[in-house]
Amino acid sequence: MKLEICSAVCGYKNKTVINGISFSISSSEILCLLGPNGVGKTTLFKSILGFLKLQGGAIKADGEDISSWSRKKYAQSIGYVPQSHTPPFPFSVFDVVVMGRTAHLGTFSTPSKSDLNIAMDSLEALGITHLKDRIYTEISGGERQLVLISRALAQQPQILIMDEPTSNLDFGNQMLVLSQIKKLAAEKQIGVLMTTHFPDHAFLCSSRVALLRSGGFEIGTPEAIVTEKNLQEIYGVNVRITKTPNGSGGYVKSCVPIIS
Amino acid sequence: MRVLEKTAGTSPSQKFSRANRPPKLPVMAALALLPIAAFLASLALGRFGIPLPQLVKIIIYKILGLAQTWPDTLDKVLFNVRIPRILCGLMVGAALSTSGAAYQGVFKNPMVSPDILGASAGAGFGAAFAILNNFSSLGIQLTAFFFGLLAVAFTYFLSSAMSRGLNAVLILVLTGMVVQSLFSAFTSIIKYEADPNNKLPEITFWLMGGLTSTTQKEVMMMIIPFAIGMIPLFLLRWKINILSFGEEEAKGLGVDTGKMRIIIIISSTLLTSASIAISGMIGWVGLIIPHLTRLIVGPNYKTLLPASALMGATFLLLVDDVARTVFVTEIPLGILTAVLGAPFFLYLLFQGRSSWE
Repeated sequence: MKLEICSAVCGYKNKTVINGISFSISSSEILCLLGPNGVGKTTLFKSILGFLKLQGGAIKADGEDISSWSRKKYAQSIGYVPQSHTPPFPFSVFDVVVMGRTAHLGTFSTPSKSDLNIAMDSLEALGITHLKDRIYTEISGGERQLVLISRALAQQPQILIMDEPTSNLDFGNQMLVLSQIKKLAAEKQIGVLMTTHFPDHAFLCSSRVALLRSGGFEIGTPEAIVTEKNLQEIYGVNVRITKTPNGSGGYVKSCVPIIS
Repeated sequence: MRVLEKTAGTSPSQKFSRANRPPKLPVMAALALLPIAAFLASLALGRFGIPLPQLVKIIIYKILGLAQTWPDTLDKVLFNVRIPRILCGLMVGAALSTSGAAYQGVFKNPMVSPDILGASAGAGFGAAFAILNNFSSLGIQLTAFFFGLLAVAFTYFLSSAMSRGLNAVLILVLTGMVVQSLFSAFTSIIKYEADPNNKLPEITFWLMGGLTSTTQKEVMMMIIPFAIGMIPLFLLRWKINILSFGEEEAKGLGVDTGKMRIIIIISSTLLTSASIAISGMIGWVGLIIPHLTRLIVGPNYKTLLPASALMGATFLLLVDDVARTVFVTEIPLGILTAVLGAPFFLYLLFQGRSSWE
């Protein structure tokens, strides 16, 4: 599937935050969205997910305008992995993952045997079957993030939208989540749109990078977008980009901030 | 990150993890038997004791349509007084617990209940107003429903306007208290206006909560709103799980949150106000029972909702049995549930403190 954002104007009632940006995401692709705080990344996500009405422009799935889609149809095509927070009730991890099946259930139905099997497969895909009977509210932040991804996987969407999937995670868990995202895009042909505050992550997993700043929007390969100049401009930090051999003949780029 | 083998012992989390597995059939079967057992026991109990063998005989004779061999008084006590009262007890208990469980889900808040949201106080005012003005039973039901809904709407909109970024759980509970006391004040005005010779005692006694005056008429009055409220909640119970994750997450999972929330709140309020219209203010049931049920079957509404209905029906019936048999003069049911409920709420406050901060 190809999700196209066509000159989208996004914002709240009397305030326009994003003025006419266009890009697209296709299956198997990981698009990293970078940008400083308060520039409208969340607003853009809310608009793509249909939580906010577009003030102008359109969002199309394979050429079809999705503004009239029902929530159910939306959820069958586009999955959402929010930043994890704790629900008020001590659901089991398995219950939470089964909830990903809601978009495929009838209005009055509860999950069937086959829904439970799909949920089990999603847990397996992320290698967290051992968490199945744990309490969602009591596991660690990294585990919870993996559970949310697994829930989105049970939803079987073609496009996955992830709001800072690596925030609040320790270093090990950040890499674990990134490698799982990479694996999903490659193996399940899911297109991923994610935000991150770490430019390094764009080098590690994305096929393309979008840079959102007040009054501007750029999109391209990580090499073209994550440059010393751009990072200096949007974050106001003096940055050097270095190359490190990855041990298998290639290089991995990373950003090194220089603090005086 | 890999999780260790479960260690032995019974930490609270372990108690939950056991409860969280899909409850095995025997648990649900046992819960389904509870109200039936309570029903049979309650038939035999009472100032006019009916020994069990005779009870069985009467039931068999009635089913087979055989001629009556027992005294007329016994027949009257059983069919005009005791059975209607038992049926109302079961329905009121199920209605209050189910609505409490559903409110907790849509408001994403385990501390709410029909009382705390103000639904009970609103419906109580509506019913008192209707009694004062000699409305028909349908009129009493509708007025109670209208003011119950109004009170919930007040609590909901006021608290969501106030709680931006603040402690939403606490604000909702506090706003509920305000709305509750406001409608209680309105009810006091009604009492003040009421004729002290007939209306005032009627309203006062009814407000204390009880099933003392239930007849077949009350059963018929309850059964329709009970069905209209219960059926949608039962059918939509899976969606309540999703709603408890919050607006955007639920939308992202494919739930039309606006429509779903309204249907669930209206159904729950209908159940609450219908109960209050026939039995007065019976507090706490809608808070205690969903909690206890959650400890037994876990938080998944697929089983939690029907299990709460069964537990609530049994609980209220048993408390009513105590109310009508243990003491020389009958104690209003609402007083008994409050005596049981208030300490339980304090216990929850202590338990929940960590997750509030």
